[in-house]
Amino acid sequence: MTDDLAALIAETEAALAASADLRAWDAVRVAVMGKNGSLTNKLKELGKVSPEERRTRGAALNVVKDSITTAIEARRAALDAAALNARLAAERMDVTLPPRPAVNGLIHPISRTMEEMAAIFGAMGFAIAEGPDVEDDWRNFGALNIPAHHSAREDMDTFYLPAPDEGGRRRVMRTHTSPVQVRTMISQEPPIRVIVPGRTYRADHDATHSPMFHQVEGLAIDRGLTLGHLKGCLIDFLRIFFGISNLPVRFRSSYFPFTEPSMEVDIGWNRKTGELGGGGDWLEILGSGMVHPKVLANCGIDAREWQGFAFGMGIERVTMLKHGIPDLRPFYESDIRWLRHYGFNPLAAAMLHEGV
Amino acid sequence: MKFSFSWLKTHLDTTASLTAITDALTMIGLELEGVEDRGAALAAFRIAHVIEAVQHPNADRLRMCRVDDGTKVYSVVCGAPNARTGMKGVFAAAGAFIPGTGITLKVGEIRGVKSEGMLLSMREMGLGEDHSGIVDLPEDAPVGTPYPVWAGMDDPIIDIAVTPNRGDALSVRGVARDLAAAGLGTLKPLVVPAIAGIGPSAVVWAIEMPEHCSWVLGRTVRGVKNGPSPQWLQDRLTSIGLRPINALVDVTNFFTIDLGRPLHVFDADKVQGGRLTFRPGAGESFRALNAKDYTARLTDCVIADAAGVQSLAGVIGGEATGCDEATTNVFIECALFNPVAVALTGRHHQIASDARSRFERGIDPALLPDATDLATAMIMALCGGTPSEVAAAGAEPAWQRTATLRFARLRDFGGLDVPADEAVSRLERLGFTLAARDGASVTVNVPSWRNDVAATSALEPDPAMDPAKATRAAAGREAMEPEADLVEEVLRLGGLDAVPAVSMPVTVPVPAPTLTARQSRNALARRIIAAAGYAESVTFSFMPTREAALFGPAPDSLRLLNPIAADLDQLRATPLATLAMAASRNAARGHADVNLFEIGPAFRADGQTVFAAGIRAGQTPRAWNAPAQSPDAMDAKADVWAVLAALGVPMEALTTTPDAPAHYHPGRSGTVRQGPKTVLATFGALHPSVIAALDLTGPAVAFEIDLNAIQEPKRKKKALPDLPAFQPVKRDFAFVVDAAVAADTLIRAARGAERTLISGVALFDVYEGDKMEAGRKSLAVEVTFQPREQTLTDAEIEAACAKVVAAVTKATGASLRG
Repeated sequence: MTDDLAALIAETEAALAASADLRAWDAVRVAVMGKNGSLTNKLKELGKVSPEERRTRGAALNVVKDSITTAIEARRAALDAAALNARLAAERMDVTLPPRPAVNGLIHPISRTMEEMAAIFGAMGFAIAEGPDVEDDWRNFGALNIPAHHSAREDMDTFYLPAPDEGGRRRVMRTHTSPVQVRTMISQEPPIRVIVPGRTYRADHDATHSPMFHQVEGLAIDRGLTLGHLKGCLIDFLRIFFGISNLPVRFRSSYFPFTEPSMEVDIGWNRKTGELGGGGDWLEILGSGMVHPKVLANCGIDAREWQGFAFGMGIERVTMLKHGIPDLRPFYESDIRWLRHYGFNPLAAAMLHEGV
Repeated sequence: MKFSFSWLKTHLDTTASLTAITDALTMIGLELEGVEDRGAALAAFRIAHVIEAVQHPNADRLRMCRVDDGTKVYSVVCGAPNARTGMKGVFAAAGAFIPGTGITLKVGEIRGVKSEGMLLSMREMGLGEDHSGIVDLPEDAPVGTPYPVWAGMDDPIIDIAVTPNRGDALSVRGVARDLAAAGLGTLKPLVVPAIAGIGPSAVVWAIEMPEHCSWVLGRTVRGVKNGPSPQWLQDRLTSIGLRPINALVDVTNFFTIDLGRPLHVFDADKVQGGRLTFRPGAGESFRALNAKDYTARLTDCVIADAAGVQSLAGVIGGEATGCDEATTNVFIECALFNPVAVALTGRHHQIASDARSRFERGIDPALLPDATDLATAMIMALCGGTPSEVAAAGAEPAWQRTATLRFARLRDFGGLDVPADEAVSRLERLGFTLAARDGASVTVNVPSWRNDVAATSALEPDPAMDPAKATRAAAGREAMEPEADLVEEVLRLGGLDAVPAVSMPVTVPVPAPTLTARQSRNALARRIIAAAGYAESVTFSFMPTREAALFGPAPDSLRLLNPIAADLDQLRATPLATLAMAASRNAARGHADVNLFEIGPAFRADGQTVFAAGIRAGQTPRAWNAPAQSPDAMDAKADVWAVLAALGVPMEALTTTPDAPAHYHPGRSGTVRQGPKTVLATFGALHPSVIAALDLTGPAVAFEIDLNAIQEPKRKKKALPDLPAFQPVKRDFAFVVDAAVAADTLIRAARGAERTLISGVALFDVYEGDKMEAGRKSLAVEVTFQPREQTLTDAEIEAACAKVVAAVTKATGASLRG
């Protein structure tokens, strides 16, 4: 390589190295490779030399051109990278700043429990039945074998509304969700499997009683359902609901006007710690029994052909037990602190395949 | 009901332990409420003889005692001032737990003298406050005997809950019978003495209310000497919390508990006219044995003599004719009353007596003659006297019934295959007697005391039921109820735990959806609203009338007749009412910024519906990159839109009009309708006067959606998606319109200008300000043109834009903004 070419390379490389930004870099590029650039001019001069000389000179110039082009592009890449780094450095932020606040909504524990009940009983073939909160005294009492003189009908237990309904019956705030049993048996032919979650009302207000609370009622009518199925259904439910596969469940003989035989159901717990399962103590949790032949007859079902069972439990009560909630009253107070503490994520619905 | 273990054993021959008895009671349906065993904590304390008590050599106030508790002699240092040689006291040896101090005794040395136990005060035994000295027992107290045995405190008191169907179990004998039937012993026979009455009774009966009192027996015992009962009877009564009165009265109370057979005794000399009549009350007052005055109603059955009302039949006796220490001639009443009549009378007068609780459940109608004789015999034994013949009125009712059990039903209904012999044996032990038996079934006579088995009470069928169906159903009940009664008896005696649990039969491998379409839409609404940042509340259905009236009608027909509190009397017209109160309560606690919602009943005079209601109160959180903002009506509208869209409502068919109910700000609220009539939702800022009335601290916005008004989406398959091959073209238009023009009108006009070409109109700017002449505003929209056949030419776009301007101008009088 001739001296002038070696010098051009050296000069160009020095100029590139000295270029601190894209503008200076471009000036170097134009000065060498531009229309009147030093390399361009040397290429133009190639035509003036002899053919032999042209061949060697041409080859040398091509090498120089490649070398300079590479150097220019390399410098460009280095400048781009430096510029990007500088921009990124300028864009640095304090990542310890708090994120934009989100207000998360919540599902109330009562709704959550109802959803869980729907999921578990649904898997056992139960549908959900509903009915009005204001009932007549026949559906709430009479049809369920609670006669007119029964003490449950007294003012001290039951809320009444003025003016009888169109049928001339007294209007009451339903004291249990059992009137929906009656509605279901009248409106649909057996076999029947329904649960009835809903609001219920009793004239009672203290630390452990609320004038409004929630119950879930269950009703199953079929051919051949026995007290054994009642036990199985409830044991299956309770063990899944509380998530304790060996939860002790005890059945005691009892009395309700609308079932016969009737049973109280207890679950095992530890009275001192409140822990469910072991502990050797028993906690009454729900009432149940085989549907009374009179109730079936009042609703038009022939007890010789159809039989089944019913049960009822307090939704707040099982919710308190499941989640260790000590007091009943805050369920209805809408204290945002309580709701935030006990509420559930609305996007985590109760589904058996995700776990209840 | 309470009774002592020893009382139970007077009817039950048993070797069973207390625990075995109490466990069995719970399992057979006589639920144990509690056991009070005062003696258990004192069992280690024995009566001891203080052989000598001498001055402690190293302490002025202490004595050194040698104490013999019947097993050995102990050295005891005692500080009690009354410790003395020769006395009888109560001794606790080392190792015993002292209930009064909570300390377990140890052998110790007090000032150089060994002390191996303690002489106890009453307080140390947990039996009172007396700590003035150690217990000083009578001279004849037997050394070595456990103190609770000597003091009669070793008899546990059992308390059970008796269900309303088991009147027979409100007696010690009834409980004993059930326990015997459950295999915990043998029921002792009831020995009834023969009473040879002499002469007619001084008092006789007359029944004028046979539907209330069907049968009554009575007997005069002349020449009795009344006074305190003997100790055993007083102990029986006091052990269960009854106060001994005098022997004659105590006898009646004894049989009330012992046999569940309430009795009453009149002082025969105080009864005027020698006749007691069961008749309706006539508004007269009388003083009852509880020293209160009652006025008998026409519907109350009273027992009256010539002077007037002396007793409310089956509920409480009267003071005027009661027996006292001076009574010498006593008349015993043993009657049978209508349970419902007694319940109604007792309830009206608010008298809860042992007699009422038994009569209203129904007592043994066949026991009257035996009970009369037993009471007579006990009165004669305690008070002497000469019995008269029995005075009677009415007659024993026909109580006899039979019931049949097909043995297979124990398995097919009860779920447990009890062997036939065992089933029959259980029934017989309960007092049922065999009427007939074959291989498949048994027919039994129901004992007189079991009015709950094979009872014949009236049905209350659905009046709208088809008569043939009703007849068939009634026949089904008649056939099955007595058998169900017997199945229950057989099963409960063996314990229901014996019935094997069987999971529900599976009808289909994978069950159909549990929720109806409406139920799952409501569940979805709940999640949508919660996901928008609302916390779900559950508030009461009733609320104060004043506040309820702020949110809609509060008619009398929805006001409770007997509210539990004056501020919980009115059924709410909307859950928003109780939510707003909840927001106010939170604000009062210092939490003014809350979003609350509820899905719950909204009550109307003509029925109820389900509302999803929400309230946003206070501000959004304040942050470095997002300033706090007060929600406005449009936030509430966005919530409504989110729910309705999620529930499949055709959004383009909705109209919004500024006519929301009065609890909203009249200028910042709206009603959302589908079609001309159906109101789906209302939303807006709450009215300032509502905010003031509820003490909310600042503005709040709210919405209410009537979930029952939302129609089921048409379940047709989705159409194929619209995916045109050509790029859409967007053009912006700024229109100047009169300030009163509704944006919706403008948007609809633009949308309708070229139906097939215009695929969207989005309003992106609203301007009312100084650059605009007064009374005018600028609305800017972006219109999207979607070509379908070919790319639009400039001329086509121009033409379409002109149509938009023309349509909007026509509909709103708008001009394009210059």
